[in-house]
Amino acid sequence: MMHLRTRFITQSIAKILIWVAALSTIGVMILILFQILKEGLPILHLRFFLDSPRSMGREGGIFSTIIGTLALTVVAIIFATPLGVGTAIFLKEYTRESRISRLIRFGTDCLAGIPSIIFGLFGFVFFVITLNMGWSILSGGLTLAAMILPTIISTTEEAIKAIPYSFREVSYSLGGTRWQTVTRAVLPNAIPGIFTGIILSVGRSIGETAAVILTAGSSLIIPTSLFSPSRTMAVHFYILAREGISMEMAYATGATLILLVLAINIVANWFLNRYIRHRA
Amino acid sequence: MKFYLSWILILTAVISSMAGCQRRQAGVTVAGSTSVEPFAGLLAEEYMLHHPKSHIYVQGGGSTAGIEAVRSHAAHIGMSSRSLMAEEKNLYAVTIAKDAIAIIVHPKNPITDLSLSQIRQVFAGKIRNWNEIGGHLRPIVLVTREEGSGTREAFQKMVMEMEEINLEALVQDSNGAIRQVVGSDPNAIGYISLGLVNETVKALKISGVEPNLKNIVYGHYRFVRPFLFVFNGKPEGEANSFLEFVLSPEAQELLQKEGLVTIRP
Amino acid sequence: MFLEIKEKIVEKILLLIAFSSISILALIAIFIFGEGLPLIWKLGPKAFILGQRWVPSQGSFGILPMIVGSFWVTLGALLLGIPLGLACAVFLSEWTPPLAAMFLRPAIQLLAAIPSVIYGFWGLVVLVPLVRNYLGGPGLSILSGSLILGFMILPTIISISEDSLRALPPTYKAGGLALGATHWQTIWRVLVPAARSGIVASIILGMGRAVGETMAMIMVLGNAVKMPTSFLDSARTLTTNIGIEMGYASGDHRQALFATGIVLFFIIMILNSLAIFLSRRRTG
Repeated sequence: MMHLRTRFITQSIAKILIWVAALSTIGVMILILFQILKEGLPILHLRFFLDSPRSMGREGGIFSTIIGTLALTVVAIIFATPLGVGTAIFLKEYTRESRISRLIRFGTDCLAGIPSIIFGLFGFVFFVITLNMGWSILSGGLTLAAMILPTIISTTEEAIKAIPYSFREVSYSLGGTRWQTVTRAVLPNAIPGIFTGIILSVGRSIGETAAVILTAGSSLIIPTSLFSPSRTMAVHFYILAREGISMEMAYATGATLILLVLAINIVANWFLNRYIRHRA
Repeated sequence: MKFYLSWILILTAVISSMAGCQRRQAGVTVAGSTSVEPFAGLLAEEYMLHHPKSHIYVQGGGSTAGIEAVRSHAAHIGMSSRSLMAEEKNLYAVTIAKDAIAIIVHPKNPITDLSLSQIRQVFAGKIRNWNEIGGHLRPIVLVTREEGSGTREAFQKMVMEMEEINLEALVQDSNGAIRQVVGSDPNAIGYISLGLVNETVKALKISGVEPNLKNIVYGHYRFVRPFLFVFNGKPEGEANSFLEFVLSPEAQELLQKEGLVTIRP
Repeated sequence: MFLEIKEKIVEKILLLIAFSSISILALIAIFIFGEGLPLIWKLGPKAFILGQRWVPSQGSFGILPMIVGSFWVTLGALLLGIPLGLACAVFLSEWTPPLAAMFLRPAIQLLAAIPSVIYGFWGLVVLVPLVRNYLGGPGLSILSGSLILGFMILPTIISISEDSLRALPPTYKAGGLALGATHWQTIWRVLVPAARSGIVASIILGMGRAVGETMAMIMVLGNAVKMPTSFLDSARTLTTNIGIEMGYASGDHRQALFATGIVLFFIIMILNSLAIFLSRRRTG
């Protein structure tokens, strides 16, 4: 039985430590962002985004990498969204908890935990070599699609789960089939949630490096087709920083990445808020 | 509606990918050594200025990977910073330039000159402190390239010979990264392409011979390796056109300005 | 009639789609194992996993130093991430002065969103010189890696732990306080133990994330192949082993890297299954 005062002293100490923890978490994040933005922001200007890299990245801008990032992300989303939404619809609307659904969930959860380097190995040996697609936007995009699939599945599931059963009831009572119910009553209301999942996946794809280098290559020129290799901003940043080609350019690219990720986060949050308010 | 749209997009993508599986893209893929890569990239930029319709895609991956890529037709041209090994001899290799390997230390390091056997002993881990070779009392930090790197192979063959590089050495995956580590750690020593030495590091003389163009051309500085373009069979088409450009005086002059040794001194 | 057929078709198509994640997983396993297993077979699993020398140019493919490296880096990351993460989770669920939460939540989200190459770069430019100048060694070390990794896994630990704490019935807290315990005592002796399985699940997921990190680790760990003996030593993890040599390898060397991938795959699968099991038990 502890003395009364000791208990409160312990509580005060604990409170202080927890405050320290919270503050240091915020602090470190600010430190990291500050370091990159401090050096990188001054270099950013419109031409930086519109010019392609010259002289292996020592001069010029990052236009081709922006295209590369965009292309890869779009391909990834095009492939992952139907698969992800379809899976979620199946899990939530077409089955109950059974061995099949448990197996599917297990697969999805495991897929979510696989490190990006393994995806890179897989993408390399499967898309680049075996399917003979070479280092290309397609190879990279498909690999990224596999990586973001679990996210799309889980966010879509959450979105569908949040829709009250009454929506479906109304549709069924009017004689609607399951598919009609899904496409007319459930999905349209789940779209904000699905969108949030897509936006989160975009954020992840932008930062992905290991898997992309092994599958999409690192060519600096503007890609001309889905089969061209291409460099994304994250890969460009990594190469610039490692090869010491130009620290200035590295910081600038890094700053761009951070700003992009920040923007995506804000948009996703705004969407989430709007969605929650909409639901409530 | 949105669902059907995405399915249509998928089918389109699948069909177009199948159509593309025959041959990938018009253009030349050049893959391989990260030492050659920046120079090949510069040349590719020049080439595309003269030939606006061409696309030359340059990327790294390493000498060994580049040679593999050429062999498996994943790339048209392979870049290598080491000579071909016995089992690779069936591929067609063209020397496009020569590059020296420089041993580098931090600019503040008082050492300026080491003998070949000293360097070998240092990298083998037998000499472990700077004061054993005339420096301060500080442990030596070794930096090397990763296995499979052409630069490492060349270093191993020319400098280390039979000795193994100490397993405690830090490993970095590019010349630039080694330069960065050595440039920021006063106790570090490493090796990089001579063409990449800048004011952030100091290149050592080896047995009194300074690594510069004159000594390389006259054969005094012996640690030189070839930069190769490797082909699967005789080069043809756009790949050949690019090769011819790379071997032209104009391109060679560009390479020399960047610190390489041309094939026609 | 047509409508019924259409419904049946749709259901079958959706079933097929739903199997996409399992199929992809299977594909990954097949190809990684396909490339790597022959080498493990050739060398013998014991020689591969327990071998201490990784010198591909001589045909030595022992990954024990990498396993040890992964272990230490992850351990270090957890030593940083668990206390910090739990503290923040408790902070967010129990002691939320709205002003602070307004800053902490976005901070955590951002920590999660920052690409790993940025973390690695920051580590290289800021952390490594600090470690080298004040603690000795080359700076590129397990310590640097653990520090960065700790922050990278924070969001995982915080979000799941916070969820677990929030999911507890309010009677737990009410009961604790009613018995005369201080707020802290209630948290430490009632709530946290009650949310135990969720918190442990979050830690295991964080572990999985830590074991799988590649890019940032390549930049700050130094990647020496020798078995590390101290936190200030340079080291190589299973992931960085693959990442740093992948582009360069062919033949046996490449197979060995895929084999490293197999070992990694197994470790992640075990960790993941553990986490899933624990979190399902919580909600189930």
